[in-house]
Parts: sequence; structure tokens; C-alpha cells
Amino acid sequence: MTPQPGSTFSFGHELPPEESPAPSKGTIRVLQLYPRDMNIYGDWGNALVLAQRLRWHGYTPELLEYNVGDAFPADIDLIVGGGGQDSGQLVIQDDLLSRETVLKELAEDGTPMLVICGLYQLFGKFFKTRTGSVIPGIGILDVETHGTDERLIGNVSVSSPEFGTVLGYENHSGQTTLGPGVSPLGSTAKGTGNNSTDGQEGARYRNIVASYLHGSLLPKNPALADFLIRTAVQRKYGSFSPGTPDDSYAVLAREHAARRPR
Amino acid sequence: MFYFSVPLGKLVRRVSRLRGGGSALPGLVVEKIDPGFMRRTLSTLPHGVAVVSGTNGKTTTTKMVVELLESQGLKVFTNRTGSNFTRGVAAALLGEVDWRGRLNADVAVLELDEAHAVHFVNQVPPRYCLLLNVLRDQLDRFGEIDKTAQLLQHIASKTTGTVVLNREDPRVARIAETLNAETPKSGTHAGPDVLYFGLDDSLLSTFPNDDEMRAAPGSPVPPAPAKPHADVVLRRVGAADADFEYDGVTATTAMKLRGVYNIFNAAAALTLARAIAAGDPVPGKTAVVDNEGLLKALAEVAPAFGRGESLVVDGLPLDLILVKNPSGFRLGLKSFPAAGYATMIAINDNYADGRDMSWLWDVEFDTLREAGVDQLSGSRAYDMALRLQYDDVAIGAVNTEIAPALAAFISGARDKPKRVFCTYTAMLAIRRELSKITTVEVVS
Repeated sequence: MTPQPGSTFSFGHELPPEESPAPSKGTIRVLQLYPRDMNIYGDWGNALVLAQRLRWHGYTPELLEYNVGDAFPADIDLIVGGGGQDSGQLVIQDDLLSRETVLKELAEDGTPMLVICGLYQLFGKFFKTRTGSVIPGIGILDVETHGTDERLIGNVSVSSPEFGTVLGYENHSGQTTLGPGVSPLGSTAKGTGNNSTDGQEGARYRNIVASYLHGSLLPKNPALADFLIRTAVQRKYGSFSPGTPDDSYAVLAREHAARRPR
Repeated sequence: MFYFSVPLGKLVRRVSRLRGGGSALPGLVVEKIDPGFMRRTLSTLPHGVAVVSGTNGKTTTTKMVVELLESQGLKVFTNRTGSNFTRGVAAALLGEVDWRGRLNADVAVLELDEAHAVHFVNQVPPRYCLLLNVLRDQLDRFGEIDKTAQLLQHIASKTTGTVVLNREDPRVARIAETLNAETPKSGTHAGPDVLYFGLDDSLLSTFPNDDEMRAAPGSPVPPAPAKPHADVVLRRVGAADADFEYDGVTATTAMKLRGVYNIFNAAAALTLARAIAAGDPVPGKTAVVDNEGLLKALAEVAPAFGRGESLVVDGLPLDLILVKNPSGFRLGLKSFPAAGYATMIAINDNYADGRDMSWLWDVEFDTLREAGVDQLSGSRAYDMALRLQYDDVAIGAVNTEIAPALAAFISGARDKPKRVFCTYTAMLAIRRELSKITTVEVVS
């Protein structure tokens, strides 16, 4: 069942065929982290949006996967990872710890990354369960998470200084507290976010965006998707010349989503 | 107190029906004043109570089981309104019992939502349960799939007679291990009997479960573990018929139901109906099952409302396909190919639909790419539009209001058969609109 690392298919999902074979401005290698085990809330949506928007901006996406036991592919430009059930997190935990060094190097080097929910928690220092056992994270983010009995569920609206209003949906029982080494993605205008006390959601560190929000996150937040893309392209090619994606459905989807109840 | 609870409950039911109110209020009243009502009434049934639960297919499967049992001469009580909550059952009971609280039925077959089934079985331990599948659905309500599996496990653990499990769904099949049960006829044991319904290997690939849906196309499949014997196996699905194997023979029957998943659930319904029909109310005696009668009844089963139901508009079919989770949507798209049809999709995000839209991103819409989608509607129509945009599927029109969207869809495709994929509350709204222009069976 182990796919070849560096292969360009995606588990069960395929990119739509390329429509206009216009000359490409360059290739961006997007790595999905653990799509087999961490995919619970439409995480494919984030990978799909990155790949399609790269095309719409005139670049060629190369979509790669890393699953438990794979060799870690080289020359990665952008990383996206999602959430899992508790059982999925157990499956990846040891493998993730064994990849701490390479992921840390990429993070410190400025590789753009999006980590949602479960991988947000495991990119932090640790997750302490309700029963007191401590699951170590890879400590790229200065955050810690504590399991609770309360599940935070519902629509969320975040005001972010960098990305404006960020819309999504949360569903988690771990509560995350930020340390001084990271800043929040934003403050919550609707919903709970990181924890039920400080009104903040997500974490920012170098070019990493970490968040509890799915829905999926990137489709309705093209500003966030384009930040990741622009950063990846600039790091690889020095400058980014954007295309003109049609975001009219995204604008309307945001308007309608913002009006929905918690 | 309970001398008055039934007349009072029936009175509330009459009044609330006169006011056109919801179906559950009288159930709530009776639950409050007479908490033992449901247990007392249902415990009198000679064949006991059967609970049908799982993520997908509860309504259609329950309908099948009821019609199959009726073919065996049994009088069946069921909660037909689709109000699959405990108080919905109490409300349905109030409609059926006489003024002294007696229920004239041999057996009750009840569709229950996973979470409510747990409350129900705590009050009324069922003699039978049928557990269909555990799939991603309403994670905003249940948290995790593994949690949902635990709910089903609890239902099984409270079952006194026979538990019927889907052999092909690992999370459901695994429940057997927790029951301290042995296969029937193998001697004494503490837990309930376990029966399975199953699929022919050749059909397995049509039913990706949520784990397999991420499996790489073309990658080698690991050797399958030895499967337990299934009481009924679906061997083949044809255009308008299907083959079922039971008792070592394979029987072909015509089917009015469409959609492979509905037909797989027919194997589930057959297994449960055979178990109930064989279980004689007199302990130790076994009744004879009329298998031919079961198949004849199965051939006549029409889809439950909104579940692949076909209505007629302008002399052409309009199919309603309920979609509420990724696997259901995938199977719906696979079972009802788009070619030659006009397509509408209506996505609501009310509580009963699930508020989280993430599931739309777990469905691939490439099969709609060639023909495009004519009309989108529902409170999250633009989320759906965005999803289709990223799969390069062309979109005709978008209107979040269902009535005008449906009217535009119908007038824009008068010469074509039509198909509407819709979430639960969108389906109710669409049926209401359609009942103004065509014959729609009233379900109350």
C-alpha cells in the first residue's frame, strides 16, 4: 500500500486535468503530510485549492504525499497537513517524531506550511490528555495543548491582522495555549478558537500558519492560500507574478457563511 | 398516573396535528408524565423490538424490513415519519395504540439515529438490532467516527436476541468481538447471536469505506482476512434486478430500488427479516421462513421518500437523491450517472443537515464535469459552487432560495429527465415545492 514518495498521485483524489497548457512560470512542489491518516475534515480541500490556484497563477503544481514509513521527499516548497481522529494521531505519532529534524529545518528555513487541527497540536510542544499522559509534539511551534471534556464545535470567524476575516469551522476538544515564541493567527469574533479563555485562534511562526479551522479552510480564505503560494514562489524564484483567479464564488460563499449561526 | 397518560398524549397529538405542529410534541408530553410508557407498550409485542441504526440507509432499510415482515403475515409497528428520535417513537406509538394503551402489532421495527438509539435501548432493550455502517457524518454532532462506532456497539450490547452486522464495514463487523457471542447454533453463550450480511468480492470496490477512500488507485490490496459466514450475500446487481445468496442458493429477484447501496441494504433487510420471521414467540420453537414471499415483497419495495425517489414532472422523471455525507454523495454520483440528465444540487446547513461544510471537499465531482450542473441552491449553495469551481465543473445558476431555484431548474430543462442531489432539509423543502406541481406521496 505504500506509495512511492515523490509520486504525483494523491490518495483517492485526483487533480482535474490541466486545461490550458500555457507556458508555466515554474513548478511548486506541495507536500501533503500524512493524508492517509490525517484527513478527517476535508483536508483534501486545502491541497486541491493550493494546486488549482498555483495553476490559475500560471505555475505548475506537483502534489506529493508523505505517509507513515515513506522516505521524506526532497526539494519541498510548501507543506500542508490536516486533522485526524485520536486513532489517526496515534498511528502517525512516532513517525512524526522521527521527522522532527527535517521538518524543523524546513520551518526555520521559511518554508510555508499550513497545519490544521491535529497536526497543529503535534507541531507544538506536547498534548497532555485528560488522563494526564503526555504525547510529545515536534516543538516547531511554541504552543501546548491540553485535552478537555468539552468539545468546541461550530462556525468560527477570526479577525487576522495579516489576512483580514478568516472563516472556518472548528471541532476539537484539545485546548491550545500559545507561548511567547508564536503569535496568534487572529482573535475570534465568532466561535472559540484555541481555547475557551483567551479569544485567540491559531498560531503564526515564520511562514507557518497553524489553525483549528477546517471547512475546508483555504477555499473560503483565498488570501491565506495566496500567502502560502506567494511565499513558496518567492523563495524558489525570487519573485511572484500573480495570475487572476476568479474569486467571485469565494466572495459569495464567505458572505453567506458569515451569516450562518454558530 | 399512567391511566391518563395515553388519553392525554393522544389528545395532545390530535391538537398538535390540528395546529399542523411537529410530530414529536405529543411524544415529549407522554415521556414527561409517563416515562415507562414506551417500554411498557413495546414489551407486550410477541416478536419484540428491532432497532435499525447506522450512518446511511436507515430509512430505506427500515421500510424494506417492514414490508418483508408484512409478507410473512406479521403486523408491524414502525416510526414511518423519519422522526428517528426517541420521542418520535413515542409519538408514533401514541398514534397506533388504542385508548387503553394497547398496541396491536406482532413486532416493532424502529429506525433510530445512532445517538438516540443509545437512549432508546437503555429504556427498551431490543430483541434484534441491525447495524448498517459507520461513515463520516455529522462529525459536528458525534465528534469522531470511532465515537459513532461506540454508540453502535452499545446498541448491540443491549440487544437480547440477534445482532445483525455489516460484514464489509470493519468498524461494524468488529462489534461482534465485543459481544461475547458465538455464531448461532453453536451452543450456549452469554451474548446475543450474531448474523452478518455481506457483499460479493466483485462488488466490494463499489463501496469504498472512509479508510479505503484514501487508498491509492491501482495499489495492491492486502490479502483479506478470513471473513465470517454471512447469512445473506449480495452477489450481483443488474439494471433492474439483483442476486442474493442465502441458505447455499442464489436467487435472482427484480428490484424497483435503484442505487447499489440501497440494494446492499436489501441484503441487510433480508437478514433481519429472516431472523425475526424464524424467531417464534414461543421459546424454543422455530418458525418456517417463506423465502419466496420475502423475495416477492423485496421486488415490490419502492424507495423511501427522497432516497432515490422518482417523481414525474412534465412527463419526465425527476429523481431525488438524499446526500448527507461524503460516502453517500460519492455513491449517489456513482449510482446515478449524469449523462442525459439535468442536475441540481441543494445544500443546506441546518442542524439536521450538519453545519460543517468540510464534507463537500471529500467528494469528487469529476463525473459531473462533462455535463455540468444546471442549478445550485440551499443556504450553502455558494460553498457548493466553490467546490465545483475547484473541480472544474461548469455551473448554470446559483440561488440560495430553494423555491425559485427549483422552478428555474424545471423550466430550464423541460425536455430532460432531472436529478436533484439534496441534503435532508433541502429535500423536505423540495418535496414541499414539488407537491404543488406533481404527485408527491404524503408522509406524516
